[in-house]
Amino acid sequence: MSHAEDNEGTRRDFLYYVAGGAGVVATGAAVWPLINQMNPSADVQALSSIRVDVSGVEQGTQLTVKWLGKPVFIRHRTEAEIQAAQEQDADGVEAMPDPLARNVNLPADAPATDANRVMPSPEGEAPGAWLVQMGVCTHLGCVPLGDAGEFGGWFCPCHGSHYDLAGRIRKGPAPENLPVPPAEWTDSTTIRLG
Amino acid sequence: MFKKLAIGAAFAMAFTPAASFAAGAYDTHIEDFDFSFEGPFGTWDQNQLQRGLQVYTEVCAACHGLRYVPLRDLEALGYSEEEVIAYSADNFEVFDPELDDFRPAIPTDHFPANDSLGAPDLSLMAKARAGFHGPYGLGINQLLKGMGGPEYIASLLDGYTGEEKEEAGTILYENKAFPGGWISMAPPLAEDQVEFADGHPATVEAMSEDIAAFLMWTAEPKMMERKYSGFVGVIFLSVLSVLLYLVNKRLWAPHKGKKIS
Amino acid sequence: MSGIPHDHYEPKTNGEKWLHSRLPIVGLLYDTLMIPTPKNLNWMWIWGIVLTFCLALQIITGIVLVMHYTPHVDLAFASVEHIMRNVNGGYMIRYLHQNGASLFFVAVYIHIFRGLFYGSYKAPREVTWIIGMLIYLMMMGTAFMGYVLPWGQMSFWGATVITGLFGAIPFVGEAIQTWLLGGPAVDNATLNRFFSLHYLLPFIIAGLVIVHIWAFHTTGNNNPTGVEVRRTSKAEAEKDTLPFWPYFVIKDLFALAVILVVFWAIVGFMPNYLGHPDNYIEANPLVTPAHIVPEWYFLPFYAILRAFTSEVWVVQFASFITGGIIDAKFFGVLAMFGAILAMALAPWLDTSTVRSGKYRPMFKWWFYLLVIDFFALMWLGAMPAEEPYATFSLIASAYWFAYFLVILPILGVIEKPLPQPETIEEDFNAHYGKADADATPAAAPAE
Repeated sequence: MSHAEDNEGTRRDFLYYVAGGAGVVATGAAVWPLINQMNPSADVQALSSIRVDVSGVEQGTQLTVKWLGKPVFIRHRTEAEIQAAQEQDADGVEAMPDPLARNVNLPADAPATDANRVMPSPEGEAPGAWLVQMGVCTHLGCVPLGDAGEFGGWFCPCHGSHYDLAGRIRKGPAPENLPVPPAEWTDSTTIRLG
Repeated sequence: MFKKLAIGAAFAMAFTPAASFAAGAYDTHIEDFDFSFEGPFGTWDQNQLQRGLQVYTEVCAACHGLRYVPLRDLEALGYSEEEVIAYSADNFEVFDPELDDFRPAIPTDHFPANDSLGAPDLSLMAKARAGFHGPYGLGINQLLKGMGGPEYIASLLDGYTGEEKEEAGTILYENKAFPGGWISMAPPLAEDQVEFADGHPATVEAMSEDIAAFLMWTAEPKMMERKYSGFVGVIFLSVLSVLLYLVNKRLWAPHKGKKIS
Repeated sequence: MSGIPHDHYEPKTNGEKWLHSRLPIVGLLYDTLMIPTPKNLNWMWIWGIVLTFCLALQIITGIVLVMHYTPHVDLAFASVEHIMRNVNGGYMIRYLHQNGASLFFVAVYIHIFRGLFYGSYKAPREVTWIIGMLIYLMMMGTAFMGYVLPWGQMSFWGATVITGLFGAIPFVGEAIQTWLLGGPAVDNATLNRFFSLHYLLPFIIAGLVIVHIWAFHTTGNNNPTGVEVRRTSKAEAEKDTLPFWPYFVIKDLFALAVILVVFWAIVGFMPNYLGHPDNYIEANPLVTPAHIVPEWYFLPFYAILRAFTSEVWVVQFASFITGGIIDAKFFGVLAMFGAILAMALAPWLDTSTVRSGKYRPMFKWWFYLLVIDFFALMWLGAMPAEEPYATFSLIASAYWFAYFLVILPILGVIEKPLPQPETIEEDFNAHYGKADADATPAAAPAE
């Protein structure tokens, strides 16, 4: 086989590789949109962050809103509740079934003190006035009842989990405290979730 | 039968142009406006879309809805999230089935529908009308000038002659762009009816163009993304065609009596 | 299986033998892919691949669209807008599906006319032709029902008009129409069943496509000369043919890529050019659009449907001898389906022993006239039903029938065909010169 023919073979192989590569790229480019279309659409994504007007939530009451298809409890606590919750800290956070705050707005290893569970209060309100948490029992996903249970907080009727005034699991099968979703104040009466 | 056919054919050939012209019926005038988004390279004029939104809000929204357009999409017109929230709440109320009551609109809502006067929804109007036809049903004008939806809207809004007449209790207004020549919508625009923040003159013609451009956006919000996909696809497929041509040529060369160089 | 002798798949390793003795699927794929194909196929033989691509494109984009579409009269239109505005890349997928239908019909029409010119329908390929006609009918049904799904004005009124055709059938027409619609008019029941069938039919088409390919792999491809591949020995067959892979796969893919450049440009830059603006208005049973025009690919047969009015002599005659059972409306329906039936019967109507139109001097001109006639009908179908278009439509429709029922049978008798090449090899070499590689037919495609 002459030198010229060698060259020829290489050039031809190169052409085949380039064409084959382009075919693979074309296939990939065609497949990706077919996969991506199953990701959440723009209307669903738009609901991943909602604004909640809490101006009408009186002290001692709770607003339940739907966010990401699940209930979120927004509790406006009274002075007495704040005090009672802080006193529950004295039971010993370390000794509780779940010693971690489960607050995505804080580092993952933050301890489950009442101060680490609540939202920072807007100006002019006592610290700890607002507690925002997912209303989904960490056991098997039921929605706990408010103002109920042995610790004065929430009680899940499905399998008897008791949460305290800061939404911490104290008794029953649930393994974790009620999770605190990403939340912040956009103005003094509006909370943004997500 | 053949005699009839032959006579018919002769007759038809002799009179085709005149007859076709008559079949066109309406002597309407659609001006071929030069919109910024036309052609493969065209892009939205964001200021124009904002002006169009303003005209829609202050004038058209009184009678026409935009039920398929989500308010959140207005961010594509260059507004911030806060501006869209404020715009939604200030301008529209929507019915919330959960509250069983009306509440101020939020960005995740759509522009409300407006059926109060039976006026058509404008969400897709720029795609639901064709300004250009023919000639003789061949589709050449549409190919060269586009379908002419926004041109039709702008020509209509700018096409009132000032004549009016009453028919069966309704007042009809003469319009150069409307099929049939008489439209029941009163002239909606007047000089300096709105005041544009960018100081753009608010003549009837300018406002007509702005609202037409805005309605093209509401009808086809993904137009720029679509054209981009078009470009990438056309260029890539062209390259692939060339490669496949070369491969094909090489492959067949030994069998076609032409030795490879 | 194919009458043309060629190498078959031989399992070599133990694993291959194990599978082959249980399920000879690799052998089936190998024989299909390496089928000896006449090497003189020209660029009119690429449309089969384009059609296969179209079917795959429509099925894939269709399955994706169904994930977001809602078949309900109150929600269908809005769900299509949801796809266009909210779904990731949804606008592109929808426009691909919408324009994909047009590409599908462009390809199928060229494919059919290719067959008509080169006599691909003639013995022994009649079954291939008939299966092809069935596929074409199913495509029309699928496209029609798919067009109803966006629930625009044209969807609704197109469905109303076309299902009305079945109402023209004497005695049982009204019952059939009601049964088709699931009620007295096009409504939610209609939309739902059309959705179901629009999803089902493409898979039946896919099945028929396999049978279509099976049939012409059995008889061997036709080719531009219409001369059969020599099949007395493998060596002789190899002088006339090359394996489908890689020669024709690459050639077809090249053609497909070029066609897709145009297709992609239409989808990207003018996706609504072939559509109708009225379909961007939600269906309204109380208001009919000014002009109801079917999609372009139905226009030729729509023109035939409309051509036969009660003033036409043939219609009056048919009405007279059947005692009024066949009225103008029913005659139009019969004519429309008859036009396709006449085409399907071409294998038995064409009396010429010469396959390819290349060697039929008179046939050629009649064929070209048929192509012009087809475009004329397409144009007439879009024109208003008034003079002079009505008369033109009648002439053009008459020619369509005359071509199949009169001209094809007569031509075979009176025409004197030109000399045909002895072999495919001779035709090929006349074009491209005799290659050295032919001396050693075993020359591997890719060294």
